[in-house]
Amino acid sequence: MPALIDLMQAGRRVERHYPWPRAIVDGEVWRSAASACANGGMSLLGLWGEPSRVHMAILDDRTSDIGVISLDCPDRRYPSVAAYHRPALRLERTIHDLFGLEAVGTPDSRRWLDHGRWQTRFPLGERLNASPDASPYPFLPAEGDGLHQVAVGPVHAGIIEPGHFRFTASGETVVRLEERLGYTHKGVEALMAASTIEQAARLAGRVCGDSTVAYALAFSQAVEAALQITAPRRALWLRALMAELERLANHLGDIGAICNDASFALMHAHCGVLRERVLRAAEAAFGHRLMRDVVVPGGLARDIASDGPATIRAALGEIRRHFPALVDLYDNTASLQDRTVGSGSLNPALARQFAAGGYVGRASGRNHDARRAPGYHPYDVLRFDIPVLNEGDVNARVWIRIREVEQSLSLVDQIIAGLEAGPISVPLQNGSAPSEGMAIVEGFRGDILAWLRLSGDRIERCHLRDPSWFQWPLLEAAIEGNIVADFPLCNKSFNCSYSGQDL
Amino acid sequence: MVVISDMLVQLGQMTLVLLLAPLLTGVVRKIKARLLRRKGPSVFQPYRDLLRLLRKEVVLAENASWLFRVTPYVTFAAIWVAAALVPTFATGLQFSWSADLIAIVALLGSARFFLALAGMDVGTSFGGIGSSREVMIAALAEPAMMLMVFCVALIAGSTQLSTVATFMASSQVGLRVSLGMAMIALIMVALAENARIPVDNPATHLELTMVHEAMILEYSGRHLAMIEFGAFLKLLLYISLIICVFFPWQITIVGAAPLSYVVSVGAYLFKLALAGFLLALFETATAKMRVFRVPEFLGAALMLGLLGTLLRFVSESF
Repeated sequence: MPALIDLMQAGRRVERHYPWPRAIVDGEVWRSAASACANGGMSLLGLWGEPSRVHMAILDDRTSDIGVISLDCPDRRYPSVAAYHRPALRLERTIHDLFGLEAVGTPDSRRWLDHGRWQTRFPLGERLNASPDASPYPFLPAEGDGLHQVAVGPVHAGIIEPGHFRFTASGETVVRLEERLGYTHKGVEALMAASTIEQAARLAGRVCGDSTVAYALAFSQAVEAALQITAPRRALWLRALMAELERLANHLGDIGAICNDASFALMHAHCGVLRERVLRAAEAAFGHRLMRDVVVPGGLARDIASDGPATIRAALGEIRRHFPALVDLYDNTASLQDRTVGSGSLNPALARQFAAGGYVGRASGRNHDARRAPGYHPYDVLRFDIPVLNEGDVNARVWIRIREVEQSLSLVDQIIAGLEAGPISVPLQNGSAPSEGMAIVEGFRGDILAWLRLSGDRIERCHLRDPSWFQWPLLEAAIEGNIVADFPLCNKSFNCSYSGQDL
Repeated sequence: MVVISDMLVQLGQMTLVLLLAPLLTGVVRKIKARLLRRKGPSVFQPYRDLLRLLRKEVVLAENASWLFRVTPYVTFAAIWVAAALVPTFATGLQFSWSADLIAIVALLGSARFFLALAGMDVGTSFGGIGSSREVMIAALAEPAMMLMVFCVALIAGSTQLSTVATFMASSQVGLRVSLGMAMIALIMVALAENARIPVDNPATHLELTMVHEAMILEYSGRHLAMIEFGAFLKLLLYISLIICVFFPWQITIVGAAPLSYVVSVGAYLFKLALAGFLLALFETATAKMRVFRVPEFLGAALMLGLLGTLLRFVSESF
């Protein structure tokens, strides 16, 4: 089996791509990389396009090496990765919708983001005019006696984002679930092209509202990598502080919301109070509840308020006092455990194949956290554990969140204790030659990948890959064999992003 | 004279349940909200909801049949008549002599039959899911209810609720095991029939988990108002039934002095409020069960009803 380094050496190394190497390869190496991902040993981190080029980011599981291989496709065709490695399928369909590049040998050539309502086809590629196409989307068939379909969404009864779920059920048992997403496509990648770094940073912070810190962090790290600068130490530590606060708030909200979907509103109410404490502390410390637009390339837009550390400590002290009682309540309520234990089981082999990040992967035995590998400062000097479970059910995903809340509480303490005075940003020196940067950052859902090419002070091309790309397909697998009525619970335990993956 | 007083009691009670039903639901919602550290809407919010729905226009699916349109009125009427048969504060209801506990079960059964048909009428998948789940629950709840009726009837010697209440209020009954079993069975059936947690969640927005709500998802305007009102009434009916069969203390027996009516109305209101509080407490402390656990839950109710009846056969003293 080839190692990543062999694949990279088979191609032509690209200059000025940081911090990991990028190589331009031929179709043969491209195909062997795809089959290496499929055979295990390598994980697909991302797959994205340019008008006549495709890129694939790969993690070598044995050596933790990361690399990007690129394939020029002047005839607008490239060998399909999904033909070997299914996790690439939706990414390939997206590349086709946005750039018009055709994946040769793809098992599924339906559109993904383009629902036939755009005025333009291939908006980032050759831009053909198109009239809206009202032909219905062909869902995958399921055949058998007594099967019936249930269509849910894209408009839901609650205040959640739009997505369509097509269930084929035999009575109450789900035989097949197919997702159709893309309803919140905003054209972020098109908007970023040719915008300034400041504009693009604001856009990156708006890709996914609940992960705004993580996205801004990923984007900023990628810009800093491309420009070969490092943000000051204080900025790096405050970024980590914000990232942990964001993780805390989201995990607390999720734990409550999962219980609420089992109609146990008590946990929801109490977790909501704790989440609100975190958000208010964030507002007092950084001037915004979700801490949007604080992380910028080069450092921070503003420093923490002078009483910020004390406010955060007080809020976290309250969480420390109340959270254990809530964990006991969760663990000791038999009716609730009856719902979460054993439902929506995700096979560890699938989690590994899809390189699922975050609590989805870690609840199914995939020990991966971008804070540790590839890792970034200050996590290399902080003490924290990465909880991993093997059960893969809703209960396991709740427990991963509970353990991560405890880890984040400890991390916030360490960060506040380790804060040093100093500058919070460095000016961006615009390099003359185009350069490329990449970053992988752990958001609360999992690893967010950012890749960009700078040309002067402008973004030439930027791609942001949400962790949900590799988690949504797993939800389809996890619900199989469960009952229709358990879907909301399983869905909430995955809590994938619509906005982040629709871009 | 007796006929007139019975008529008056009957009329008074029918009006009372109609006026009280939304308040009971409002109180339960308020208590639940307070238990969750929320303020919650006013206890009078259900009245406002009904008025708002009555003023709104009805949006009908194009393929809705006459069945879809008459069902709200049929179910409301059936539930109201059933509620009129349950003595709340006084026995000796005029209707009591023409219909008994079994008739109540039959009336509620027909209301549900129409609702389940209407749920499937428009042909949406949620309506179908809701109807199939509702009928599955009903098929298990009704036998349990009937066994509870037999058990009580064996002890009280009648299925007429006025007679049952009079008997239960007397000193002839002490603590009986079979009655306790019947009471637990009835409470379990009542939770299932009223779409409460742990069988169904009346406050959910998740279409896929709904039972009762999924069935009525296509209803709007005055149709929805009638169905909601019917659901309020049904909750009051079941709580009144539990009160009248198992806790009939202070209920006015036919021919008592007028003052005793005041006392018994007060006692009834107190018992309602207490039941509402216990319901809210129970709903807050438990999660909803899986759909396929419901048969086990109702199976337990059935067994309790059966055991109660059998024990009564074995020995008079149970």
